[in-house]
Amino acid sequence: MSQYEVTFAGFGGQGIMTAGQLLSYAGIAEDKQVVWIPSYGPEMRGGTAYCTVVVSKTRIGSPIISNPRCICVFNRPSFDKFEPMVKAGGLLIVNSSLINSTSDREDIRTLYVPANEMAIKAGNPKSSNIVVLGALIGASEVVKYDSIEKTIEKKLGHKKEALESNLKVLKQGYELGRKAMKKKAKV
Amino acid sequence: MTKVLMKGNEAIAEAAIKAGCRAYFCYPITPQSEVAEYMAKRMPEVDGVFLQGESEVGVGNMLFGAAATGRRVFSTSSSPGISLMQESISYMAGAQLPVVLVNIMRGGPGLGGILPAQSDYFQSVKGGGHGDYRLLVLAPSTIQEAVDLMMLSFHLADKYRNPVMMIGDGMIGQMMEPVEFPDKYEEPPLPDKPWALTGAAGRKAQVVKSLFLDPIMLEKNSWLLHEKYEQMKLNETRFELYKVNPKNEILIISYGTMARICQTAIDELEEHGISVGLFRPVSLFPFPEQQLLKAATQKGVKAVLTVEMSTAQMHEDVQRIVMGKTPTEFFGRTGGVVPSPQEVIDQVMGLLDKYPGKKKAQHSASKSKKAQGK
Repeated sequence: MSQYEVTFAGFGGQGIMTAGQLLSYAGIAEDKQVVWIPSYGPEMRGGTAYCTVVVSKTRIGSPIISNPRCICVFNRPSFDKFEPMVKAGGLLIVNSSLINSTSDREDIRTLYVPANEMAIKAGNPKSSNIVVLGALIGASEVVKYDSIEKTIEKKLGHKKEALESNLKVLKQGYELGRKAMKKKAKV
Repeated sequence: MTKVLMKGNEAIAEAAIKAGCRAYFCYPITPQSEVAEYMAKRMPEVDGVFLQGESEVGVGNMLFGAAATGRRVFSTSSSPGISLMQESISYMAGAQLPVVLVNIMRGGPGLGGILPAQSDYFQSVKGGGHGDYRLLVLAPSTIQEAVDLMMLSFHLADKYRNPVMMIGDGMIGQMMEPVEFPDKYEEPPLPDKPWALTGAAGRKAQVVKSLFLDPIMLEKNSWLLHEKYEQMKLNETRFELYKVNPKNEILIISYGTMARICQTAIDELEEHGISVGLFRPVSLFPFPEQQLLKAATQKGVKAVLTVEMSTAQMHEDVQRIVMGKTPTEFFGRTGGVVPSPQEVIDQVMGLLDKYPGKKKAQHSASKSKKAQGK
């Protein structure tokens, strides 16, 4: 896996940009090349906010990725817009708390994560982005679990409660992602 | 020093401060407003001046005044804003003032759009304002390179007493990449600034201006500037080669973000056994002319392809430099549309059909001989 691309998409306030930046930092910690690109252009209020992260062992060429290996969608408009764009053989992670739809595509793997419910249960409703981030890492191993854990500790070290709940949901998301991939592997 | 993840706009701002810039004037415009935001916070921390002007015309004249004091002064804007500054840029070039400008280009002409473009090549490289002058123009393709060139820009501005402009398309401003800053910024020694207006106490008053009513004096000034630009051509051409080698069938010429997209296309073509090289000018003025001519006239190169996010602006220079010694072709998207690597690949494949070259010709020739033999 010399290069892996992930798009995070949702609406403003879901921690989309933050999820991408945390992944970028984890990539840097592993001495990898990374690029983070925000959605940049005219967008309508309540529409989609998204960012793409490229993690690579070698020099990154094009920062513009038309078909990422993985897309994490957090709301319905993002599902509609991005589901067709996952690269064949890639991974789609769907926040099933807010998205009822399922993907018909047979050329990709799809993982449904009730991110909002899991975040609320863990006592931090704002951490749905971390649930998905955990699931992504569990399912793809784009970076090591340790790297993302350390990144979050560094960012949230000064807020003990927030750190604890975020690490908790990160682990839960990660286990979910790993299990789902194991199941697929058996088949 | 450790790597930090920074947005291009913020990295550019921090690099300017590291290079000793203590006066920044601006007027906000997408996609570079984060530079101003960052500077508004950081300048007071380093005893610098942050000032938002009433317009870009005002900002241009603030730069003119501040640069005349010999301080390192700086402004950033995007295409329409840079247009408004052209008068003072010409004045500063005429008055030989060091100043650094950044243009994070968006689609034009007119108010245009806010998405990335490279359509200010002519404006940056060929004058922009009136009169016989040039800017030293640099174009980064990564955030780290933007940091390095930003610091270099302040050095070159002082070295040549001339405005230096760094241009990046909107992506350079908006994307984040890990960057490293030197712990301590160091640069080669520079001449003193006896011309600077620092208060005339204890010395004769002096004047910094671009007005020369005597034509002989004005001509003298213009030739003096010309001489500087010739020196830049000798000393300041910068470029990068990517996979340029004797096997190349096509040579791509591209700069900025567009060059990175071409790199990806080149890597994919290589996997299919097609050898394409990339010539990436880093200094757009002075343009690395001799080096381009050398790469473009390598034996196996069937055609030279300029790829830009504009309607063939740099391509005019490529045609001028290559002088028809190798066929020159162009591919561009503009208005904020960024071409994908696949579009570049398609262009290269099209050129290989159009210019089959000797190899393929011989191949088909031998086939037809065989056919005759039968």
